[in-house]
Amino acid sequence: MQNIAPLNWRRFPERYLLRGNYCENCKQAFFPPRAICPNCRRKGKLVSMEMPRTGKIISYTKVYVPPEGFKNEAPYYLAIIELENGARVLSQIVDSEPEKIKIGAKVKKVFRRIAEPDKYGTITYGYKFW
Amino acid sequence: MGVVIVGAGITKFGEHWAKSFRELIAEAGIKAIQSSGLSGQQIEAIYGGCMASGRLIGQEHIGALIADQLGLNPIPSTRCEAACASGGVALRTAYLAIKSGVHDIVAAGGVEKMTELSTQAVSFALGGAGDQEIELFHGATFPSLYALLARAHMHEFGTIEQQMAAVAVKNHANAMLNPNAQFHKEITIEQVMNSGYVAEPIKLLDCSPITDGAAALILCSKDKAKELGLKGVEIVASEQASDSLALTGRQSLTELRATSIAAQKAYEKAGIRPSQVDFAEVHDCFTIAEILAIEDLGFFKKGEGGIASEKGKTSLKGKIPINPSGGLKAKGHPVGATGVAQAVEAYLQLMGLAEQRQIKNAKIGLTHNVGGSGATAVVTIYKRFKG
Amino acid sequence: MKLPLKKYLKRLGKVLRMNAGIIGYGVYVPRLRIKVSEIERVWQKNASGLAVSEKAVAASDEDSCTMAVEAARRGIEDFSINPKRINAIYIGSESHPYAVNPTASIVGDALGTTNKYFAVDMEFACKAGTAGLQVCYALKKAKMIDVGLAIGTDTAQSKPNDALEFTAASGAAAFFVGDSKDEIIAEIEHTCSFTSDMPDFWRRPRAEFPEHTGRFTGEAYFKHIINAAKLLMEETGYNASDFDYAVFHQPNGKFPLKAAKILEIPLEKVKQGLLTPHIGNTYSASTLIGLASVLDVAKPGQKVLAVSYGSGAGSDAFVLNVTENIKNRRARRAVLEMIKEKEYIDYALYVRHRRKIKSL
Repeated sequence: MQNIAPLNWRRFPERYLLRGNYCENCKQAFFPPRAICPNCRRKGKLVSMEMPRTGKIISYTKVYVPPEGFKNEAPYYLAIIELENGARVLSQIVDSEPEKIKIGAKVKKVFRRIAEPDKYGTITYGYKFW
Repeated sequence: MGVVIVGAGITKFGEHWAKSFRELIAEAGIKAIQSSGLSGQQIEAIYGGCMASGRLIGQEHIGALIADQLGLNPIPSTRCEAACASGGVALRTAYLAIKSGVHDIVAAGGVEKMTELSTQAVSFALGGAGDQEIELFHGATFPSLYALLARAHMHEFGTIEQQMAAVAVKNHANAMLNPNAQFHKEITIEQVMNSGYVAEPIKLLDCSPITDGAAALILCSKDKAKELGLKGVEIVASEQASDSLALTGRQSLTELRATSIAAQKAYEKAGIRPSQVDFAEVHDCFTIAEILAIEDLGFFKKGEGGIASEKGKTSLKGKIPINPSGGLKAKGHPVGATGVAQAVEAYLQLMGLAEQRQIKNAKIGLTHNVGGSGATAVVTIYKRFKG
Repeated sequence: MKLPLKKYLKRLGKVLRMNAGIIGYGVYVPRLRIKVSEIERVWQKNASGLAVSEKAVAASDEDSCTMAVEAARRGIEDFSINPKRINAIYIGSESHPYAVNPTASIVGDALGTTNKYFAVDMEFACKAGTAGLQVCYALKKAKMIDVGLAIGTDTAQSKPNDALEFTAASGAAAFFVGDSKDEIIAEIEHTCSFTSDMPDFWRRPRAEFPEHTGRFTGEAYFKHIINAAKLLMEETGYNASDFDYAVFHQPNGKFPLKAAKILEIPLEKVKQGLLTPHIGNTYSASTLIGLASVLDVAKPGQKVLAVSYGSGAGSDAFVLNVTENIKNRRARRAVLEMIKEKEYIDYALYVRHRRKIKSL
């Protein structure tokens, strides 16, 4: 069994606060943060940055057959969201009326449980949108 | 240095309850060697594609296992992994080994044994082709990633679910003529439409199945083939490109850029235009993937893949037959074997050995193998070789 | 009004001293609702005596921690509080997601605080949220912190077919404590507690649902609420008529009204802070959500009495003085407005979301 606690911990800034980075040279935001700016290479200047909490839906789906750990959550909506600074995230969409989930719809980040934990493991928290 | 496929072998695709991973690859490998007319001792190296044996059967160190099973020790044998493009990458690596001048005769194989685990566990293993930390963590599945691509395509170009269903119907029809295909069952648009959502808008019958199977090829340098008097099919180009694992890192959701780039380079190397291709085996892990592929490969304009599929332009007798073998959808999709199996079909078609599904006067064929949701793409172009 | 000299001086001293108070707050009530009539339908019972019409239900991906974060996030946004200023996080709940492993540290990281903060999870049945508020107040008075964050949050547990099931609800309220004159919207003038060992409601380790003693809980509730309120009035010299609003812990729609009656506080002063009829009993969040609703409408110069209750048993009482700042420091959406956004579910979905299906 994989010990997921250290992996989750390492990603808390991303999962809790949407912390990514930004290249001051080409003005592009990256989420998750990148080790090197793919546009500017060594001329890039990456600085850590929290992404905006709002964005719009670029594409979405409703998942009926879930992977392990999500059995009791299905069906659920998944979407690709373009944040206000252009960075994109894939996230679940929760607490929204189905007719409001469409391409172009504005969404906002919320803090939720992600995978359903087993009875003994750590609980995974992170971003979802609504 | 030209490279020629001089032999090909494939197992039946499907649920092989009586055969293990090792028996599958041995069967395909032996068939390939026999069809080449060479003896096993003449093979100098092996490149084997396999995506997830560690998760699926608990076995790693696949390269050496293949050499041993084929009785070919002590030649070098290397596993290639690029998710569902593992087979295509193995083929390309074998091709490069000859191109480089290091080897004259090599084997390229692909194999996957997928039925040892529950469907959920297999889905989890295949999920490894996506981005574990930012996609799968949030509940993404492979169908759901392609569903996101499908929705974007529908939104931008007006593609409809019936057009995707037409891809499944056509590929099932082709598979009827392929004795090695997993499914020998014709389906209708209505059946696809009623098959229930897996991830909206993708339905069960839009998905390729879980398959056991293996495929193998014997590759030979052109000079050596001439010297030995071998017939076959020449690989005139094999190109590979990469993109971000995660969909969120892509420039576009309606194009698999790795496909477009690999295709462009391959056409350039081969000195042909897309319109000169007589048939193609493309990576239809989901029906939307075939629609994307026939656009990105330049057979149809961007956005017109759905209509083209609906109008029969990709059927065996259409403008450009796509997936004459039945494709991943109906022939089956043993992930690591798929890229090699596509090349086996190209070989059979160009050698005139494709029996009932033979495309008349086929001179140029193309295969297109994708890893994950488009992070790896391999495009290979083949021509008849007359020795 | 005449006051004994001792009390007068005490009060004067309080006013003269630089005081701490609430500089912002946020409330989170989950979107899902179940009507009490639906629970009545399932168990064929009549719960009209509780005076609750529906209750808020946390979705299966929500817990006391996620609700706490959302409540605090709203406070941070609506009242422009830089999370880096938070030096104390106290989270009261009887449904902390872990038995061991703090909710407070998750909330801190999720809000983007620094690492320099006091933190602990608290439990005192339904009053641990207000206890957190007292601790933050004390730390602020001792000048040990810049901003303190006290949160009451619960996904209230209740056994199926138990009387509690008709009211046990989910919600969270976060209160930020500071002492900047430009920020305080409600000065905490005084707080005190009344505590005694009176076991009316409890949950043993590993037990999934709390047990309670029926009407004895009422006895305990009134004893502590009334005594705490009286103690507060005695210590401050105020009497019931001095308060413009009163908020009491609200396990149902009736108890707070009865408490007001005993204290001779007119019912209209209680209504604004009485949320349980609309959202159910949010346990540790209950009094604090009521207080937030009062602050949504309160005017400068008004005086608020708030008394929580936690079984086992104790009550924390507060006097708050609403300041001029409240004119331009308001929650973007009032609690009474926010709770209108809802989606009704039936009992079957309710047991799914609250994970009461044992075979899963």
